[in-house]
Amino acid sequence: MSPDLLMLIGKATLDTLRMVAIAGLIGSLIGLPIGIFLATSGKGELFPAPNVNRIVGLLVNATRSTPFIILVVAIIPFTRLVTGTSIGTKAAIVPLTIATIPFFARLVEAAIRDIDKGLIEAARAMGATPMQIVFKVLLAEARPALTLALTMTLVSLIGYSAMVGAVGGGGLGDLGIRYGYQRFRPDVMLIVVVVLIVLVQLVQSAGDRLARRFDKRSRKT
Amino acid sequence: MTIPPSDISPEDASVVFDAVSKRFAASGGNAAFTALDNVSLTVARGSITGIIGRSGAGKSTLIRLVNGLEKPSSGKVLVDGVDVGALDEAGLRDLRRSVGMIFQHFNLLSSRTVFGNVALPLEIAGMDRRAIEQRVRPLLDLVGLADKHGRYPAELSGGQKQRIGIARALATEPKLLLSDEATSALDPETTQSILELLKRINAELGLTVLLITHEMEVVKAVTSDVAVIDRGEIVERGRTFDVFTHPKHETTRALLSGLPGSKLPEAVARGLKSAAAAGDRVVVRLTFFGAAAERPLISQLIQSIGAEVNIIAGTIDEIGGKPYGSLVVAYGADAETAGKAEHFFAENGLVTEVLGYVA
Repeated sequence: MSPDLLMLIGKATLDTLRMVAIAGLIGSLIGLPIGIFLATSGKGELFPAPNVNRIVGLLVNATRSTPFIILVVAIIPFTRLVTGTSIGTKAAIVPLTIATIPFFARLVEAAIRDIDKGLIEAARAMGATPMQIVFKVLLAEARPALTLALTMTLVSLIGYSAMVGAVGGGGLGDLGIRYGYQRFRPDVMLIVVVVLIVLVQLVQSAGDRLARRFDKRSRKT
Repeated sequence: MTIPPSDISPEDASVVFDAVSKRFAASGGNAAFTALDNVSLTVARGSITGIIGRSGAGKSTLIRLVNGLEKPSSGKVLVDGVDVGALDEAGLRDLRRSVGMIFQHFNLLSSRTVFGNVALPLEIAGMDRRAIEQRVRPLLDLVGLADKHGRYPAELSGGQKQRIGIARALATEPKLLLSDEATSALDPETTQSILELLKRINAELGLTVLLITHEMEVVKAVTSDVAVIDRGEIVERGRTFDVFTHPKHETTRALLSGLPGSKLPEAVARGLKSAAAAGDRVVVRLTFFGAAAERPLISQLIQSIGAEVNIIAGTIDEIGGKPYGSLVVAYGADAETAGKAEHFFAENGLVTEVLGYVA
């Protein structure tokens, strides 16, 4: 393998990592409060606002049902507004982030809804404010599930990031398409796929391990 | 059935339910329903008061009115003279910090250690770490789990979890402890040890305990006062001893019949007739307490009626700290024997109930 090719693969891997890391970070930071809101704003819940809940839920569903490749193209004006360009790695981070927010929010919502209602009642009986319940009970108890949700989000992002190659987003997907597919280099394609598999494996097993460490629900001796 | 007004003066009352009703509006597939109907009840300060009823009788709703987890549709709930319904959210939070609560399923945070769980209400109240530490240690000693402070709830048994629940409920030094079926998920032996703990806390800390349960065993073991609730109404209430020894309402009787010793053996119960034929024997339940419980009643009975007496079922127990006995006996149903027996019972102040006749 030529050193040039190695350089290309190295750079593409770094680009992918950068896109996934930044989109994952910003997307989950915005998705987390939205997910908490979705899980706590129903009728008779901690922050009852059923109408807003429905609207937010609708927006989340709309974003999630838009195919990612269409989302990328559709929000080009917005991307340009934020980053000043519509191509390249930096530009790709915008649609990746937008796609991450509703994805992560739904996972957060499920994780929080999964918590025993008895714990919320116990905290209310202690005189906790709704905010204290969110931070001291819900987020603390959901930590293992939230860790797995973040893991799943990052894995999906690695997949999405390969798609932004189609609009000149850079990264491993881009490399695979331009060299592996368009220049008939099956060896490059193979390496790209292997690197992606390794990345996904690493993220998944790190996430699993962390979630297990946070999970105190099973009896340990 | 009307219940006489309470003889507890307002100054001695920890909790007062004043003509409280709670109706749930129809929602989804559920029809509207009245959980509590015009309930009036006073919980004396320093007492252990039990509210017993079958599931769905409204007792969960009743106990949740005390700390404002539910709001009454009409009527008032006073806790130490404060109208719970009139409090705003901040006022409710203050109230809740002075009222502890324990739960059937413990409701401990799985992500926190034993120490962390007991510390939670103190963190919520904004106490600093050092003060929390000083408050939590003695509580863990009190419930006998000082050596488990770094463990997680998943590593503990049901009884230990409930002890943590109790320590947590006591953390803010409340004057009132609410117990929501706290022993219903525990085995009989563990139930007894948790009840002992509640009794000790009541005696040592002078804490009022209001507990709801569907088990007469629990009421018998710890309460000083009891109210029986059925279909949202209080049907009977009084000192536990009086209610147990002189149950008036059929619901109370039905609940009492579940106690060991109060049930007739299956074979006897099946052969029981409502009228006597010649040669039959009458089956009578004798209830005796205080001094009578310590006398050789049966041998005296045999002597005074001059006939055989069969013992069919019996139990000697303690209710509210007083000795109490219940004995089911059978003897000749002929007029002479029965007459002598009645005379004997009256002379000795025994409460009797004719259950039926057997061949």
